[in-house]
Amino acid sequence: MRFSRLRVIAAVVATAAALLAAPNAEAAGSAEKGKVAYVKHGCWQCHGFVGQGGVTGPKLAPNPMPPEAFAAFVRFTNGAMPPYQKAILSDEDLADLHAYLQSLPKAPDYKNIPLLNP
Amino acid sequence: MARKDPGPKADRRRFLTGVVAAGAATAMTPVRSADVVAQAPRAPSALPPSAKAAEAETGTPRELARVKGIPGSDFMVDVIKTLAIKYLPANCASSYRAIHESLINYGGNKMPEFLTCMHEESAVGMAHGYFKVAGKPLMTLCHGTVGLQHASMGIYNAWCDRVPVIVVGGNDMDAATRPPGVPTFHSAQDINALVRDFTKWDDTPVSLQHFSQSFVRAYKIAMTPPYGPVMISLDAGLQQEPVKNHGGEKPYIPRYVPTAPPQGDSGAVKEAARLLAGAQNPVIVADRAARTPNGMTLLVQLAELLQARVIDQGGRMNFPRTHYLSAPPAAVSGADVIIGLELSDFWATVNAYTDNAMNEGIGTNSTRIKRDTKLVSISSVDLNTKANYQDFQRFQVIDVQMAADAEATLPALIEAVKSAIPNERKAAIEKRGEAARKAYAEGNERTRAAAALGWDASPVSTARMCMEVYGAVKSLDWSLVASEGNVSNWPNRLWPLEKYHHWLGRSGGYGVGYGAPASVGAALANRDLGRFSVSIQSDGDLMYAPGVLWTAAKHKIPLLAVMHNNRGYHQEVMHVQRLSNFRNRVANLGGDMGPVGTSIQNPDVEYHKLAEAMGWWAKGPIKDPAQLGPALREAVAVVKGGQPALLNVWTQPR
Repeated sequence: MRFSRLRVIAAVVATAAALLAAPNAEAAGSAEKGKVAYVKHGCWQCHGFVGQGGVTGPKLAPNPMPPEAFAAFVRFTNGAMPPYQKAILSDEDLADLHAYLQSLPKAPDYKNIPLLNP
Repeated sequence: MARKDPGPKADRRRFLTGVVAAGAATAMTPVRSADVVAQAPRAPSALPPSAKAAEAETGTPRELARVKGIPGSDFMVDVIKTLAIKYLPANCASSYRAIHESLINYGGNKMPEFLTCMHEESAVGMAHGYFKVAGKPLMTLCHGTVGLQHASMGIYNAWCDRVPVIVVGGNDMDAATRPPGVPTFHSAQDINALVRDFTKWDDTPVSLQHFSQSFVRAYKIAMTPPYGPVMISLDAGLQQEPVKNHGGEKPYIPRYVPTAPPQGDSGAVKEAARLLAGAQNPVIVADRAARTPNGMTLLVQLAELLQARVIDQGGRMNFPRTHYLSAPPAAVSGADVIIGLELSDFWATVNAYTDNAMNEGIGTNSTRIKRDTKLVSISSVDLNTKANYQDFQRFQVIDVQMAADAEATLPALIEAVKSAIPNERKAAIEKRGEAARKAYAEGNERTRAAAALGWDASPVSTARMCMEVYGAVKSLDWSLVASEGNVSNWPNRLWPLEKYHHWLGRSGGYGVGYGAPASVGAALANRDLGRFSVSIQSDGDLMYAPGVLWTAAKHKIPLLAVMHNNRGYHQEVMHVQRLSNFRNRVANLGGDMGPVGTSIQNPDVEYHKLAEAMGWWAKGPIKDPAQLGPALREAVAVVKGGQPALLNVWTQPR
């Protein structure tokens, strides 16, 4: 089996560096533009249109991860999700995406949904 | 060979002259090769056909000479009837016209009843779905070359899913006498070669006695675990020629006696029991372990005896999802002994593959289990591995491996485990059960909380759609006849799947186009058992061969199909996006939502209108989740009345 521990370590180092360097995405973002970017860049494909997640990707909303961690993950992930580098996703779009996820309302409590309590 | 007797052959030629079109007429007037060479090249012509050609195409055939004696195809029908095959889904074809005629006239169109299909892939898919409910195989007929080519993907799915289907392909083998033109395009030396890599057995009978032995043998092989499709090439001449004595005697029909399934070696069973009984945390993984409802009962016995958690991979309904020992795939991580029962992929059960850009784009592998975990396997597929198609998956080293049928081996294994558990271990085993109850309850809470996310979103979330459907059918004796894994597995995670017919598994080979025909076939079997059939129908899947909707309406097969219409080939949407990212390029969407070539939109397919056009009750598109419940109530009432119904629901991607 091909375990690539060195590459994983390298990615973690890169992520840490990005954490330090990432802009304050939340402050700059527009939820309205982020909704458009979310579809344009294909985030919906694995995470659903409202970030609800599924078997193909974890939930992103409500309560997304902090903007710096979000930016670092999106840029440098080498797990199941493919990375989005600056050439294909600008810092502005990234900030807008986070703002969109931040704007999504909390889901109803499943205990109050009869169909989820048959 | 069938053609050695000159008498019937001459009769058959005369028989054909009345019905074969211009090609046959041309054959009656030999043309010297020199004449052919001398002719100037002909330009394409739009002129009306000649009087001779027009008469051959449209005229009333002359009175035909009758074949003396009993047609061979009548005897074939006698053979088929001994095996109590209830239905025969097929798309009609001239290469099997003789047996077709015998089936519907001589055989009275009963046992089997001919079901009109619009694609051979649909016919095989129907047989596939039917078996998983009824436990009995169907046969299908197809044209020897082009029809079998259409059928082949369905046969591959059946092969991978270990489902018996008896495929019979018409073929006119005698190159010296068969009609020229189209019938010759539709003949081959060895049509079975096309599917030999993914059928258990095939044959080309050359006499009626040979046919009766081959057909019963084919049935017997298909129905011996591991089950699988079989293929018989049926010569057109043999179908049409009269029954003749064989070795001085009339052909006989062999009696079918089922073959007992292979059971695990007694020493290996004992060793597996020793490992399981002594384990701190044994885990059972089942894929196609339960061939029958009794397989589920046995698996529950083994799990409770060990208080071992069970991961049901869903190739069949193996274990009740409402049982506290039911566990998610991640449960392998803490195991010290794992027993896999009829797994299609043991490697991926205990290892993970990540499709990332590492290792020059081929991804990374990692283990899911502890280093010293012991692995046990019982799988009948080990007895039937072929070389070309790679359905045997990656190689996994196994500590105790039994080439045997899991369901047939479980009784011996249960007894061996009972003997192997020492008294002093029993308290620890009980305690393991308590931990499993807690983990099961916590898992359920997390799943329901996840299902609530996006509950009111539009398009409709897959969790909401699945639970609306369950709410509409839960008071009925329902059977979820098809649902591929593209709705985030919500039915497996949320529906109380408890009975064998609640879940039928998936396609096997993941050949898209299985869902619609398999649903119709399974619904046919459920109709006869008085059950209600419901399917989660993917959009791309339906469009491979939507004519099966007409077949369902034509033959009054009640089925509720709820469309998971995410307007794309979504697996490919994600794949092309992934590759775009790996290569640091913006994915070209071409005006759609998904990358070019992956979306099914602009225009959107009006599936409800498609279904209506084929005789279904249908409604849609439903985009607002609040409208889904009322529409489902209407649709359920229609299906209970005996009609098929379809709801076109716009859904979230997964």
